[in-house]
Amino acid sequence: MKHTISVQVEDKPGALARISTMFARRGFNIDSLAVGPTERPGVSCITLRVDCEQHSLEQIEKQIHKLVNVLRVTELPAGEAVERELLLLKVAAPPDKRAELIASAAAFGGRAVDLGPDSVVFELTGTPEELDSFQELARPHGIQELIRTGRIGMSRPSTTRRVSRRLSAIN
Amino acid sequence: MSRTNRMTGADAVLRSLEAEGVEVMFGIPGGAILPTYDAIAKGTTVRHVLARHEQGAGHMAEGYARASGRVGVALATSGPGATNLVTPIADAWMDSTPLVCVTGQVRSTLIGTDAFQECDITGITMPIVKHSWLVQDVKEIPAVLKAAFHVARTGRCGPVLVDVPRDVQETELEFSYPDEVDLPGWRPPSRVHPLQLREAARVIALAEKPVLYVGGGTLNGDACDELRELAEAGRLPVITTLMGKGAFPESHELHFGWPGMHGPKWSNLAMNTCDVLVAIGSRFDDRVTGKLSAFAPGATVVHLDIDPAEIGKLREADVPVVGPLKTALAELAKEVAKHRADGIPAPEAWLHRIAEWRQEFPLRYARGDMLKPQTVIERLQALMAGEDVVVTTGVGQHQMWAMQYVVSERPRTFITSGGLGTMGYGIPAAIGAKAARPEATVVCVDGDGCFQMTQQELATAVLEDLPIVVVLINNGYLGMVQQWQDMFFDERRSHVHLTHQVPDYAQLAQAYGAVGLTVESETELDGALEEALASGRTTVVDCRVDQSEQCFPMIPAGAAALDMVEFGDSVEAM
Repeated sequence: MKHTISVQVEDKPGALARISTMFARRGFNIDSLAVGPTERPGVSCITLRVDCEQHSLEQIEKQIHKLVNVLRVTELPAGEAVERELLLLKVAAPPDKRAELIASAAAFGGRAVDLGPDSVVFELTGTPEELDSFQELARPHGIQELIRTGRIGMSRPSTTRRVSRRLSAIN
Repeated sequence: MSRTNRMTGADAVLRSLEAEGVEVMFGIPGGAILPTYDAIAKGTTVRHVLARHEQGAGHMAEGYARASGRVGVALATSGPGATNLVTPIADAWMDSTPLVCVTGQVRSTLIGTDAFQECDITGITMPIVKHSWLVQDVKEIPAVLKAAFHVARTGRCGPVLVDVPRDVQETELEFSYPDEVDLPGWRPPSRVHPLQLREAARVIALAEKPVLYVGGGTLNGDACDELRELAEAGRLPVITTLMGKGAFPESHELHFGWPGMHGPKWSNLAMNTCDVLVAIGSRFDDRVTGKLSAFAPGATVVHLDIDPAEIGKLREADVPVVGPLKTALAELAKEVAKHRADGIPAPEAWLHRIAEWRQEFPLRYARGDMLKPQTVIERLQALMAGEDVVVTTGVGQHQMWAMQYVVSERPRTFITSGGLGTMGYGIPAAIGAKAARPEATVVCVDGDGCFQMTQQELATAVLEDLPIVVVLINNGYLGMVQQWQDMFFDERRSHVHLTHQVPDYAQLAQAYGAVGLTVESETELDGALEEALASGRTTVVDCRVDQSEQCFPMIPAGAAALDMVEFGDSVEAM
């Protein structure tokens, strides 16, 4: 089962390496990973998407939490968090197909950011599922290049359940 | 108070170690750490012990830490000096030994250029340290060292590394040692959940067949007195792991041996048929459990540990208790005592049953014409009994025999490499232990294979006036490997024969300025051991033992604990 984990870390040299090393060493796989600054100076947020059993997830959370630079580990449960991802896609677009592609992208809230003689680059932001759909739609046209950032997420203030479950075993 | 405290980074390293109360550090100088060694030459209250190999320095620091309960400190230069520390760091990681390693690094401007003796030691050690620092600004040195010691010894103990580029050691700073650590992300558990404790006490008190499965965390958590209170309050049988050996007096009526691969049958029977298994600072290592799915089936597990990640890592805990063991066990002892006072009976029938098993399945070996390794350790134990002795070991058959035949009565008197199984650990660890406990006799029970991995440190023992006694169980083989080849590889012995004679260990000891004795028969044994224990000089007693002796009982790797092979059993079934 897939899980999204949000990790707040001190912005110190090697902080990301320590987390990725821990995953490699303990045999856990990372589906996607996104790193960026947060509202707090000196604090970065690492969003990890992992595919594992509940038991492994608990181990992952505990092992990450032990790292000295890690301030907070939270799981973002599906449906209780806003999750977004950015996609850049270069697709073959002969003049007769161009309008159709641009219209499809627009339907997803995406837009063309560069036009060449034979291809178009689209940018699209949305839920990872929306990105999947658009990707499938573009595939028959001939995808030349595709990059996704990996998802980032934030708990929803609207959900009544406590979303950001702090690790219960930690004081 | 306008006293200026201007000094170089190298001086600041030493002033920081002094501020931490470090008594002794172990190391070897080299290019990138020269400024720090120059600062040592100018004067420091910290004793420096010059090792002959950085691995030796690292294991000495570990031995010091395990014998004293303080943080061990090792010093090395960049590149090969630092990589030679990797084995001790990994060892300290596996056995939760508090260790601060300070390494020199090439100049900041050269980092990343493949400079002479450059290596990314913070990168190399990343999976085996609690944390590491590459100091980039000289002003960071005091805070980094403060943090390094704090991280090494708080929470679950372990190794940390501080890498200091040469130019940082040479640059000046205004030194002041901080009172507080600034580590917002490091908050090891400091309290124990009272409800969890109460539940644990209830489960333990009501158990008909409880076992306390005690690991090295009990020693690291300084919780041995509290363990004894708990065991005595509840009349609970105690089984100590290899790393927990010494946490509970082994002559105590409630001590029932050691679990796992070479533990006695009575201990494994108790562990595997108990109804409540109380894991205390232990981690369900595969050498303890054998086949995990068949381990202690049906037992309710109470797991106490300072490290939340150990809870449920391998075996689901029915009652997890996270926190400092000293507090946890003290509270637990009180609660269990209350239950006993309320009339919940102690498990006397169960204690009686385990004692019967101990009678029924004693440790056995056959005496013969040849000197038996077990006899050597039994005699050594007889001569050491009642004395202030610290025992260290290497790794292999001799280590398992030492576990079986050495009676450890006090904490921190049995020092061995458990998790990593580092051959060669014994001699340097003994030297470190001697530095920590100069008043004690320190004995390294070693194997001939282990001896040859770190024998050069005999020079350190002799020249630094840190005398140790090496009791060499010389069977001329990489004995444990030979045993596995004989048992599980149809007796095809592949590259395990070292020979009894080369080197001549007594002569080698003498070449190092130590005393060397050779024992070839049981009649020579006591005299040689007595001489070694009394001499006050570094002494190697080369005991040439039966080459064919195997270590029993044994749980074959991957087998269920109760399918153990005992002395005299046929191993055909394997």
